[in-house]
Amino acid sequence: MSTAARNRHPGINLGNTDPHTHAQAEETLFGFWVFLMSDLVLFALLFATYASMIGATDGGPGPKDVFELSSAAIETGVLLLSSLTMGMASIAMKYKEHPTRLYGWLGVTLLLGLVFLGLEAHDFVKMASEGATPQRSGWLSSFYALVSTHGLHVLAGCIWLTISIIQLAVFGLRSEVKLRIMRLSLFWHLLDVVWIFIFSVVYLGGLA
Amino acid sequence: MPTTEGWWPLLFGRLSYDALPFYSAIATAAASVVVLGAITVVALITYLGRWRWLWREWLTSLDHKKIGIMYVVIAMVMLSRAVVEGSMMRAQQAIALDNPGYLEPEHFAQLFSTHGSIMIFFMAMPFLTGIINFALPMQIGAREVSFPLLNSISLWLTAGGAGLMMVSLVIGKFSTGGWSGYPPYTDAAFNPGVGPDYWIFAVTLSSLASTMTGINIAVTIYKKRCGGMSPFRMPLFCWTSLCTSVLMIFALPPLTVATGLLALDRYVGTHFFTNDGGGNMMNFANLFWLFGHPEVYILILPAFGVYSQVISNFSSKILYGYDSLIIATMCIAVLSFTVWVHHFFTMGQSADLNAVFGIATMTIGIPTGVKIFDWILTMAWGRVRFTVPMIYSLAFMVLFTVGGLTGILLANPAIDFQVHNSVFLVAHFHNMLIPGLLYGMIAAYTYWFPKAFGFRLDEWWGRVACGCWITGFCLAFLPLYPLGLMGMPRRTQEFFEPAYLPYTIVAGVGALFLLAALASLVTQLVVSIRRREELAVPGGDPWNGRTLEWAIPCPAPEYNFAVLPIVDSRDAFHAYKEKGTAYLDHRFYSDIEMPKNSMTGVVFGIALAAASFGFVWHIWWLAVLGVLVAIAAPVARSFVLDTTRIIPAEEVRRDHEAWLARLRKLPPADRAVETTPQNRGLAEAAAA
Amino acid sequence: MSAEVEEQEKKRELRSYIVGFVLAISLTALAFLVVAADLQTSTAYVVIGIAALAQVVVHFRFFLHISWQRSTRDDLQLILFTTLIIILMAGGTIWILNNLHHRMM
Repeated sequence: MSTAARNRHPGINLGNTDPHTHAQAEETLFGFWVFLMSDLVLFALLFATYASMIGATDGGPGPKDVFELSSAAIETGVLLLSSLTMGMASIAMKYKEHPTRLYGWLGVTLLLGLVFLGLEAHDFVKMASEGATPQRSGWLSSFYALVSTHGLHVLAGCIWLTISIIQLAVFGLRSEVKLRIMRLSLFWHLLDVVWIFIFSVVYLGGLA
Repeated sequence: MPTTEGWWPLLFGRLSYDALPFYSAIATAAASVVVLGAITVVALITYLGRWRWLWREWLTSLDHKKIGIMYVVIAMVMLSRAVVEGSMMRAQQAIALDNPGYLEPEHFAQLFSTHGSIMIFFMAMPFLTGIINFALPMQIGAREVSFPLLNSISLWLTAGGAGLMMVSLVIGKFSTGGWSGYPPYTDAAFNPGVGPDYWIFAVTLSSLASTMTGINIAVTIYKKRCGGMSPFRMPLFCWTSLCTSVLMIFALPPLTVATGLLALDRYVGTHFFTNDGGGNMMNFANLFWLFGHPEVYILILPAFGVYSQVISNFSSKILYGYDSLIIATMCIAVLSFTVWVHHFFTMGQSADLNAVFGIATMTIGIPTGVKIFDWILTMAWGRVRFTVPMIYSLAFMVLFTVGGLTGILLANPAIDFQVHNSVFLVAHFHNMLIPGLLYGMIAAYTYWFPKAFGFRLDEWWGRVACGCWITGFCLAFLPLYPLGLMGMPRRTQEFFEPAYLPYTIVAGVGALFLLAALASLVTQLVVSIRRREELAVPGGDPWNGRTLEWAIPCPAPEYNFAVLPIVDSRDAFHAYKEKGTAYLDHRFYSDIEMPKNSMTGVVFGIALAAASFGFVWHIWWLAVLGVLVAIAAPVARSFVLDTTRIIPAEEVRRDHEAWLARLRKLPPADRAVETTPQNRGLAEAAAA
Repeated sequence: MSAEVEEQEKKRELRSYIVGFVLAISLTALAFLVVAADLQTSTAYVVIGIAALAQVVVHFRFFLHISWQRSTRDDLQLILFTTLIIILMAGGTIWILNNLHHRMM
């Protein structure tokens, strides 16, 4: 029988490395999963709104006028890489590697998150300077609403990362801190899942 | 007064003297009632020197029972306001033949908007959330909900939204777009005032609070059940609460999206629902009812659970068709996501599309019908006791079936085209929600009141209130069916068709009964508090109950169960009583860990309500400050590690043994005398 | 639990992240290449759609560790139910609004 089969809950977990926190995580993490699913529905409706407004450019710029494949590709790469580094952070925490590793992976993830936000802000500024503001048309309104809701989530994730790093420094690897970092990693991975739909539907769908 | 230049707009945004309600005598009177009411409450608490007590025992408490009670208090206060508003509209319509009446059209439109918004978001939602919060953890044998702090945050968000609704009565004019807030009525182009903004923010706060409550309740049911409480041993109320919370989790996000995008249209100038710039206001109707239809079942399912408990309890029988009731509840929950188009059949989509949603709508009648039969068969050959909760349940079964039948009519798009936007619709949804929700919630309030405060509610005044609610409902809403078929549009402030008048007068008389019902509820509470010694039920089991919450003292201790129960059947407490193991001395007690009080919820809720007020009036510093405080509060809290306190085993043992000693001296009460002072909360069945 | 078992488990998890990352990046690259290569629009849509769905599965499987074989199924059931709701809501919205759009034009 593999150790995984004895896990009280599937998904990201602490397994037998910290049985006490692992037992607590069953309830906390399940609650967070439920929240994430609710959040996913929110994104789904923003997507549906976007899809229903694809033609509503009101004579203004359309996807082919304002999107750039290269910047979307770079953003996608950065976010995907940050998912990997977040995964490395979870492993470093679970298997109690040297603390500098955990700090390092969390720090890299934070950095990648900030780079992503910077790239996105740069895109928005550039689009706005070409006249593609949210006020221009229904399609642009729905584009900005969808993509910046994701951006706001990433920003929240970055704040959360910063707080986690501070709490690690203040409290060390207490079970409260562990549980928060586990939830953070769920949050971060799920933002990447949402981004898959954004680059596929919004950017690639618009440029294809 | 300088209101557009200099320092004024920086400090106070678009607030000005004109925001005060002195333009109309009625608005001034309403605002005065709110202000005087607030001053009276504050003065009274100060006079009694109870501020510290209120803060420590209630406002910052994370106890699920106290949070539940505070929700119900919010619901009752808001119910009073909304019933008065409804009665004002009925009074207007009773005199509105060729007569502008006493309410201006604008004012009438504000009234139906606030009436609807309050009844749904600040009466019904807090009421059912409060009842679930109060009763559910005890029913599954738990001491707490999964996330006590989140619970307090939800409560204070709801309170903040309700507060915003009350403030809107004093400062500024409310939206005229109805409870569903459709653009263009709520669009900046049509209404640049503060009304729609009040609606958006109050509803958004309530929506976020309900999403979090849904998560909390669902996880509690999944993870916090006591030993032996497998899902198919849970009381039916737990099942309906589970389905309601699942609906809350998935159906509230569309509302948040709808209000959020509407806010962007109004504040940023985007084009989601505008008439120009490629906007599509039909998407608002779509998003709103994606939430709105599951919402109907969020409202009704908990009441179904209450009725199941009450009918089984007061028929002294196990619930008939338990499994079928659960399956029916789950079917309703899933089907409720597939029918939202029936709220806008006439919007212009194709007949095929309407047909799909019409058929889906009709299928919901099937599981609901199953439930009615199950309840009838629960009563059959039982020993039915006509207590107040039972009378509400019976009234519900009859009236709800009538309402359900008119719902099947409306589900047919061809019929819907004929009666849409008429008072037939008003009659239908009041017919569903008053018996389907309000009666259930008042029945729950009556049923569980002793568990909260240790004494029963006065039976006679309860019956008076019940009679008035039933008579009032029938008179005020049944005439609207023929009136709707005659063609009277809803939301009519003045009309010119003499044939309408007799019906609107009857409906007006009905509104008087509803006001009397409200007054009787208040009287009942006052009378019961005065007679609390006589009505006390320290034994903890005033109704010969069947489920776990009746196995503990009245009022319930903070930790609910001195020792966590282990159950081996459905209706566990009833089984204990039959076996004679209901009141045992426990050999082992252990320390109990309970959450400490926290002011995070209070700060969070007030900060977001203040921020909302800032947004409504364009007081940007307040908006930013409120949002920052709301972010800082949970962050600061996350640095607090010492969040629980220990109740020593010795203290638990002492209290529990004292209760048992007292219980054994109580006179057992036969069911025939359960509404008299002879009932001290010890059932004869248990003593025998 | 012995250190050896723990070490094995750690390796397994590490491998899972790396495999997931490689799969995800390949699927992403495929989708972007299809657009960069200017394929026929309808073909491109199909490829992008399949790649996106595959990548979602990869993320859930390798990054979020959700699979079919574990003993507790709460998380999986939750995700599947959410998928159903999303299909109903988003699909319904698009259907209704396109139908309206079509009839209004």
